[in-house]
Amino acid sequence: MSLLIDLEKRDNVLCVRLEGELDHHTAMELRERVDSALKENNLTHILLNLEQLSFMDSSGLGVILGRYKYVQTLGGEMVVCSISPQIKRLFEMSGLFKIIRLASNETDALLELGVAS
Amino acid sequence: MRNRMELSFSALSQNESFARVAVGSFVAQLDPTMDELTEIKTVVSEAVTNAIIHGYHEDNNGMVELEVELEEETVRLIIRDRGTGIHNLDEARQPLYTSKPELERSGMGFTIMENFMDEVVIESEPMVGTTVTLMKRLSKQRALCN
Repeated sequence: MSLLIDLEKRDNVLCVRLEGELDHHTAMELRERVDSALKENNLTHILLNLEQLSFMDSSGLGVILGRYKYVQTLGGEMVVCSISPQIKRLFEMSGLFKIIRLASNETDALLELGVAS
Repeated sequence: MRNRMELSFSALSQNESFARVAVGSFVAQLDPTMDELTEIKTVVSEAVTNAIIHGYHEDNNGMVELEVELEEETVRLIIRDRGTGIHNLDEARQPLYTSKPELERSGMGFTIMENFMDEVVIESEPMVGTTVTLMKRLSKQRALCN
């Protein structure tokens, strides 16, 4: 199983919904698609919904941290939501949850980014 | 009873998921918990990705070798490449250290292996290659033995 990437624009937020497995192989496509969607639509914020993500490893941490750094250069923010306990362990191990905001669901994440749903 | 398997595959990123699935299927016969299975698949992914990116620098002529040995409640994984080797092992094992920051690597691979497994042994020699040996005792089996 590979990775399905669903992208949707909500105000100035790029909603990224992932389904499947995020590893080194699929991280490269995710990076390219997210960065070009941000540029083409002039967006500065990312909402990353991991509800349907069944597997992630440190390559996933790398690409998520990379997108966080990228939106920071644009003056934007990133919120990650609907994260499973297994993936949360990786976030905790790397300290990523200290800098990246987590929300329990997409509605809360959009509110954090100033979008009324 | 001892049960072994060996695999060898091209250093291609699409084989990372193949390696996870193959090891997961083989280990399933020990009836691991879902968490244990996820941990084993994650460390396989980390070690195979390291072999592809750092051992072979994504040159797909390289071959990644994978061995799995099950004995009682113990899973032993050996992931080997015959690539460039690790220049400084102590540095490589540091959390968040990466030799390839330009590729947006998180530098968490060895830290995850050390957290998820009971034993991590790394042997590496420049221009000869790297062998990572990982061992995990499954909790459920151990509880049954007690």
